[in-house]
Order: sequence, then structure tokens, then C-alpha cells
Amino acid sequence: SWCDFRFAQSIMAIFSVYVVNKAGGLVYQYDNYSPRLEVEKTFSFPLDFVLKVHDDRLIVAFGQRDNIRVGHAVLSINGFDVNGRYTADGKEILEYLNNPANYPVSIRFGRPRLSSNEKLMLASMFHSLFAIGSQLSPEPGSSGIEMLETDTFKLHCFQTLTGIKFIVLADPRQAGTDALLRKIYEIYSDFALKNPFYSLEMPIRCELFDQNLKAALEVAEKAGTFGPGS
Amino acid sequence: MTVHNLFIFDRNGTCLHYSEWNRKKQAGISKEEEYKLMFGMLFSIRSFVGKMSPVDMKEGFLSFQTSKYKLHYYETPTGLKFVLNTDLGVQNIRDILHQIYSSIYVEYVVKNPLCAQNEPIQSELFRTKLDNFIRGLPFFSARAG
Repeated sequence: SWCDFRFAQSIMAIFSVYVVNKAGGLVYQYDNYSPRLEVEKTFSFPLDFVLKVHDDRLIVAFGQRDNIRVGHAVLSINGFDVNGRYTADGKEILEYLNNPANYPVSIRFGRPRLSSNEKLMLASMFHSLFAIGSQLSPEPGSSGIEMLETDTFKLHCFQTLTGIKFIVLADPRQAGTDALLRKIYEIYSDFALKNPFYSLEMPIRCELFDQNLKAALEVAEKAGTFGPGS
Repeated sequence: MTVHNLFIFDRNGTCLHYSEWNRKKQAGISKEEEYKLMFGMLFSIRSFVGKMSPVDMKEGFLSFQTSKYKLHYYETPTGLKFVLNTDLGVQNIRDILHQIYSSIYVEYVVKNPLCAQNEPIQSELFRTKLDNFIRGLPFFSARAG
């Protein structure tokens, strides 16, 4: 499929980094690489898809075809980005698409992008899942979830002694993520903790943290591993 | 290398089967609560992974690991969930879980007219076949004590 083709093109990508405080709140988030595969097509009346409102977006519920999958959201209509369930000029999309006079219409579909709120909720969700992973352990002394694997990405998590979690989402083939997590911890210590204007557990807004993190991700993507002396 | 325990859930969250072989630590809650917590955790992980994935997934969530164990997950298209906890040395056993489904569950539960759908499996034959299968796995070794 053309998803696999795009993956073969991108070598060893690190998708994103999340930093979660000990209460489960998201204090930092950075999207390094988002392979947004979007499909734009022109349609005539009536539409083959069943569209439903979900999370304030219009999602394909049924009628998967070509590269438009169930779960994809309506991203733009006739070239104009939509605003949730409404078009750019405020009309309700479902009504608009039910009117044959508006056809032919060009719609762009794709995986919905996560809003900041959703990222916050997902970080808290992972914080809880991390703890449950430890509770359900059949062996004593287990940590929480350190690595979670799917067919499209691997999530790596490092929890420090003070309860901060550094989370990296990467390509399943990416190597050196343990070293990268420790490097991010080092960057956090140097550029967030040592910053006199930074308050513990609060969102990290330190330019040097951003710069050094981006540099570390670049190194990890190219080399795949960190040496002991870096 | 060892196998700790196995859960089988149906699409509604009913625990159809649970077995343990090498388990050193209990969850500290009743078995019913543990089944619900396990199912809830898996349900949340699937939802989490669906939102976080940068591209559309085919198989979805496969496994996770902690410092002490690895949880392997396999879900059939009908929503039947197989969960196997092993130690960290075990790699990808998705095909083994699929084998448990096709050659043990389908053979001794689905094809058994006395086994009710969506209820805990009573069949002793199923239990025996499953136990023998797990004990015969190359990475299974019953530890002393």
C-alpha cells in the first residue's frame, strides 16, 4: 500500500516527544515528524461515505474506499480548511453535503490531527496506563510500561526517580532510544531545571531546551545511537 | 524464559479463560477485579494507540514491556482478545497466539455445541489442550519454587 511506500522513504524517524510531570500533566510536547497522508478527491452527489460527528470533527464512519479509511476526518472542502463540523465560512458540513446543488465538491480526507487538549488527555491516559502496567505485573518489582509496540510505531518511556516521564514515539526500527531518553533527561536537567525562571511541574517554555532537544533528535535519527561520551 | 499467565476475553469484556503457570506476584485485588482492570487497560491502550499513531494501522497494538515482563496481545476480527504475559526474553509471538486461537479455541470451544458463546469456558478438554500447548512452547520452562 502507499503507506508502506512512504515509510520506506523515511529512514528511522522519531515522530514526537512528550514530557509528563509526576501528576500526569503534560509539560512539554514536540512533533518532530508527522507523516500526514491526505487524500483529496472530487465527488458527485450522492456521497458514498457515511460521515458522523465525533470529537467535534466529521469522521468517515462507513464506506472506506481508495485511500480514504474509516476514522479519517474531513480536513478541507473545495480547498478551504474546515473548522470542526463547519466549513470555513460557517456552514454545517453535513447540511452542505446533503444539498445536491453544492456538487461537484472537492473534499480532502486524512487522519485527524491531535489538538493540544487531546494531547493533554492522551498524556494523562498514558500516565495511568503506565501505573496499571506495573500493578498487573506477574513478577514483583516491576516498573511501569517502558516500551509499547504497534505495527506503525514504538513508544518508549523513561520515568526518573522524581516521577517525570520522558516519552518518545518513533519508527519501530529506530535504534538508540534508551540513550536518547537519557539524553533528553540530561537536556531537561541542564536547560529546564537549571533555568531560574522555570518552575517545577509546569509547562516547559525554555528556548535552549527546544534547541538542544531538536539537535539531539537530529543526531539520534542520523546515527541511530549515542556514544557514551556525548 | 517463561510464560506467566494467559487471559482470553470476548468482545464485551467477559473473561472467558484465565490460566497461570509461573506467577510470583498477585495483583492484590480479586480475580474479577483483575479481569476488569486488564480488559479496561487493553481497551484504553487500543484507543490510545489509535489516536497516537502517525499513520493508519493494520494490526494495531502488539505488545508492551516493563522492567520485568512483556505483555503480548492478539485480537481476532470478531473482537476475541488473547493476552499472554511472558518474561522479557520472548520476542514476537503473534503467530503463537493466532495458533492458540485457530487450533485450540476454534477446535475445542467454537466447535463444541455445549460451549455457550460469551460465557467463561467450562470445557476441561480445552483447558488440557491449552495447558499442554503452552508447556510445549520453546520458551516455556517451569521454574523451581
